[in-house]
Amino acid sequence: MEAFQWQQARSPAEAAALVTQTTAEAMLTLHDTPIAQQAILVKAGGVDMLDLMKEGLVNPLRLVDVSRLAELQGISRGSDGSLRIGALTTLAQIAADTGLRQSHAALAQAAAMAASPQIRNRATLGGNLLQRPRCWYLRSAAHHCLRKGGGHCFAFAGDNRYHAVFANHGCAIVHPSTPATALLAFHAQVELLHPQGQRRQVPLEDFFVLPEADMHRENILAAGEILTAVWLPPQIQTNRSIYFQVAEREAFDWPLAAVAVVMDLDAAGLCQEASIVLGAAAPAPWRARQAEALLRGAAIHGETAEAAGEAALAGATPLAQNAYKLPLLAALVRRAVLAAAALPQDPRAP
Amino acid sequence: MEDELPRRREKFPFGLAHLGLDEVEREIPADEPPPLAPNAELTQIGKDIRRWDARNKVTGAALYTVDVHLPGMLHAAVLRSPLPHARIRSLDLSPAAALPGVHAVLTVVEPPADGASMVLRYVGQPVAALAADTPALAEAALRLIRVEYEPLPFVVDLDGARRADAPIVYPDSEWQKSPSAGLPAAASDLPITGNIRGPESKGSRGDIGAGFAAAEIVVDGTYDTQVQTHCCLEPHAIVAAWHEDGLDVWMSTQFTAGVRAQLARHFQLPLSRVRVRAEAVGGGFGSKSQIGVYGRTAVALSRLAKAPVRLVHRRDEEQMDSGNRSSSEQHLRIGARRDGTLTAISLHSYGSAGIAFGAGVGNMVTALYRCPHVESRQYDVFTHAGPACAMRGPGNTQGAFALEQGIDELAEKLAMDPLALRDVIDPSPVRREERRMGAESIGWTRCQPPGADQGPVKRGMGMAQSLWSANVQTNAACELRLWRDGRVEVLSSVQDIGTGVGTVLAQVVAEELGLQPEDIQVRIGDTEFPSGPPSYGSRTTASITPPARTAAWQIKEALFRSVASAWQVDPQRLTVQDGWIHLRDAPQQRISWQEATATLRTDRISAVAGRSDDYAGFRSRSGDAAMALNDLGGVQFAEVAVDTETGVIRVERVVAVQDCGRPINPLQIESQVQGGVLMGVSYALLEERILDIHTGWMLNPNLVDYKLTGAWDTPQIEVILLENYQGFSATDAYGIAEPANIATAAAIANAVYNAIGVRMRSLPMTPAKVLHALGAVSGGPH
Repeated sequence: MEAFQWQQARSPAEAAALVTQTTAEAMLTLHDTPIAQQAILVKAGGVDMLDLMKEGLVNPLRLVDVSRLAELQGISRGSDGSLRIGALTTLAQIAADTGLRQSHAALAQAAAMAASPQIRNRATLGGNLLQRPRCWYLRSAAHHCLRKGGGHCFAFAGDNRYHAVFANHGCAIVHPSTPATALLAFHAQVELLHPQGQRRQVPLEDFFVLPEADMHRENILAAGEILTAVWLPPQIQTNRSIYFQVAEREAFDWPLAAVAVVMDLDAAGLCQEASIVLGAAAPAPWRARQAEALLRGAAIHGETAEAAGEAALAGATPLAQNAYKLPLLAALVRRAVLAAAALPQDPRAP
Repeated sequence: MEDELPRRREKFPFGLAHLGLDEVEREIPADEPPPLAPNAELTQIGKDIRRWDARNKVTGAALYTVDVHLPGMLHAAVLRSPLPHARIRSLDLSPAAALPGVHAVLTVVEPPADGASMVLRYVGQPVAALAADTPALAEAALRLIRVEYEPLPFVVDLDGARRADAPIVYPDSEWQKSPSAGLPAAASDLPITGNIRGPESKGSRGDIGAGFAAAEIVVDGTYDTQVQTHCCLEPHAIVAAWHEDGLDVWMSTQFTAGVRAQLARHFQLPLSRVRVRAEAVGGGFGSKSQIGVYGRTAVALSRLAKAPVRLVHRRDEEQMDSGNRSSSEQHLRIGARRDGTLTAISLHSYGSAGIAFGAGVGNMVTALYRCPHVESRQYDVFTHAGPACAMRGPGNTQGAFALEQGIDELAEKLAMDPLALRDVIDPSPVRREERRMGAESIGWTRCQPPGADQGPVKRGMGMAQSLWSANVQTNAACELRLWRDGRVEVLSSVQDIGTGVGTVLAQVVAEELGLQPEDIQVRIGDTEFPSGPPSYGSRTTASITPPARTAAWQIKEALFRSVASAWQVDPQRLTVQDGWIHLRDAPQQRISWQEATATLRTDRISAVAGRSDDYAGFRSRSGDAAMALNDLGGVQFAEVAVDTETGVIRVERVVAVQDCGRPINPLQIESQVQGGVLMGVSYALLEERILDIHTGWMLNPNLVDYKLTGAWDTPQIEVILLENYQGFSATDAYGIAEPANIATAAAIANAVYNAIGVRMRSLPMTPAKVLHALGAVSGGPH
């Protein structure tokens, strides 16, 4: 790891003004030039940043630390039932928040399953959403892959056991964030602070970028923009939600497959609305729209859940080593749909 | 020579303690102590004594090699090959040497004998090394070294390396210089064709054709085992200080005395001028048995720089270039009669130790079961990958995965219980008892037919057996020092790599001297003391505790003579208990330990004892290494739950029934068995060195993507220890490290079969492989 400077940001606006590049941009070396030495990057919990620096994938001139900024902390509930989760809220805080565990169970569950207790105590929601993918070619300085500005994706002909089964043309990363799977199912928005001080809210679905749009980034965050919060819209009273994942290792492992289901059941038990998002399946959290459509208006039972699981696989293009993810995802969707339907509705929903 | 020394006959306890003991008469050297009573009659041996170094480790006070900092010490860094196969066209160290703060630079890779250019054969192979004032400066200086590589064709996978047109790892006879650090079955005179060397056929016997002709039932299968890395918590580390009088080395090693011998030979120094120390060692598992290229490099840098040099591997260097467990592809056929009697076992195995040789896995099939016709053909397949070395039960751990599944498959075809079949074919009475105890503990009668559970999550039960040797290092000695103020020291160069041998030494000495373990000062891990054994081959306790007890007994006899002289009695009348020396026949005449030692004529007396031969002789010996028995046992049972829709295997429970002669510290042995089981669970389900076949790089050279068992994946582990007395030595103790690891993965695989009715023949048993085996995945195989 190279020497670097450290600067404590005094406000989000100051941080935004200081930062010169996104981490993704700082990792880009387009013409085999050495990677940028002048980048000033933002750092929150520092979990992923430290990893990238140790691997020699970023060599920032300076890190701007935002981790002490009070205005980016904490969970607040609006009068309309909407929620604002500050970007510095740790995964441990999200996992333990009593209110969230009732109103947005799938999010609390996803946060609880990410990484290890030590990391959840340090890792922030903002940093988690912005971490770079786990693709081992991306993470190896010896492999100058497409996402880092190289001319070749090593995963297609190489070892792609953990890679994407959807939207994997060109680059087959899976999005690394566990909470993102649940957040998308709740139709979350991210709040971005521009260096000039404007704030904008972007639906999570529009925030993430697929390889077909841009191979070099996972989101639309612009240089100097700071992710300040995540907004969750008010939940429908009859909503229930659940997050399931399967990993090779019980703790401190990224999932092989994951699913978040948010479902609104009416008094007759018919599904009014379902949101089904697959994790570890695509370069961004992946909405299983056909499965959602299939459940809309349907009674939830073994057969509809099974059909939803199958429908969730529509459009899949597995690679040589990851076709096993398809039965895994189908089983998770079926189980999550049945489990969500069996849950009591949120007693705290307005 | 030993036969000429005076000997006497003694009666020793014999047999399994819990079944009632017999006696056996042995002839023993006259200067060794009388037989030790069974553990039930002892006060320190066989008791759960707390580790002597526990407090230091927990508080961080323990000094590991990575903690050693000497005045003026420099930091080494190693330039490693970025290519799996390359010729070095040119190498220019001078820009690095010219950087201020860089004090030594040298080439590590050796040129071939014919003076041709240097060839690199795996990613991560050391090219050059340097020593600088700081680690950061050393890393920066590495980038100044100018190397021109000519890339050469390479192959890193087993299938690719066996193709007729495969790139060749070793032309001519250069493979003979390849490392084979501690791997079994590495004979040197085997034929080589392309990348395939062998077969090694040790242990083969009979007429395999006749054996299969006589068979009424035959099972066969192909089993794959992966490359596993050692993952020591403390990386490979050395601090070397070359000085005018010789060489001082601190090293994280499994064998201080062995490292001293290797350094003395390599640098042409007298043994007496090389000192090697290892105060605390954070694991080895076979990978820290030798001085290694990195160790020699650090010493050479120190000689060049005329300053102490510290060389510590990063985790990726650990993963790529500090050894690993070789892979295997085992083709196993077993023939039997309907009564279960084996008629033939054939094992053809292709394994890769990377650029090293010795990947054979034949020991299990040739030695575990009664069988007249055995054919073992073990091939090494060279690949452009980092060299393997010994790893916890080398060969047998891989071999057990195939053999023990094959035996279970045979039992099913014979409609026999797997335990009943083993009762027919396994000659070991100890393992028979271990099977009985394990079956009772796990509740074997609950075992259902394969795949019997309804619902997606299916439970199963399985077992497997291990085989290892009771090994002894004859070049092993211990010194006892008794001071006039009553202080007792036990000294040996033997190192405690985490197994607890320091505590064991304190117990053995305390038992003999009638003291408490905390009264004994343990001074080990320093070659200035008498040469101790290595901590590999499960031989430390067997090798060092008999000399420790003998030396303690001799010191006690000397003290008794001193006291007896003052009391004017026959020293034979004295005994010691709870810190008091008294007359056997008149206990009221007594003297405290401190008062007794005050009668010594000099400030300090000392006794040095070496490891004599086992009283019943050795089965075999080679140099300093000897083998007392080749069937150290161990039987493990596993209970698993398999989710057939996700492919996830959960190991819920493991019962490990182990024997190691006389257990000295059951608490520490249980810890070590638990470690062996955990390593086995990890090997069974998670661990795998993944090399990219197109670049030759390891894709998971860290501890995140290289997955080790974590707390949540840990099953309930029950350890059942046998007390097996044989009257072999002054302590009758043998090792446990390797037997504890050998059977685990095989037992889990058999339990998985019992759960789902499908055999998992490839390690690690990942969800992907389980789903493929269950036919849940459409499309090509994994």
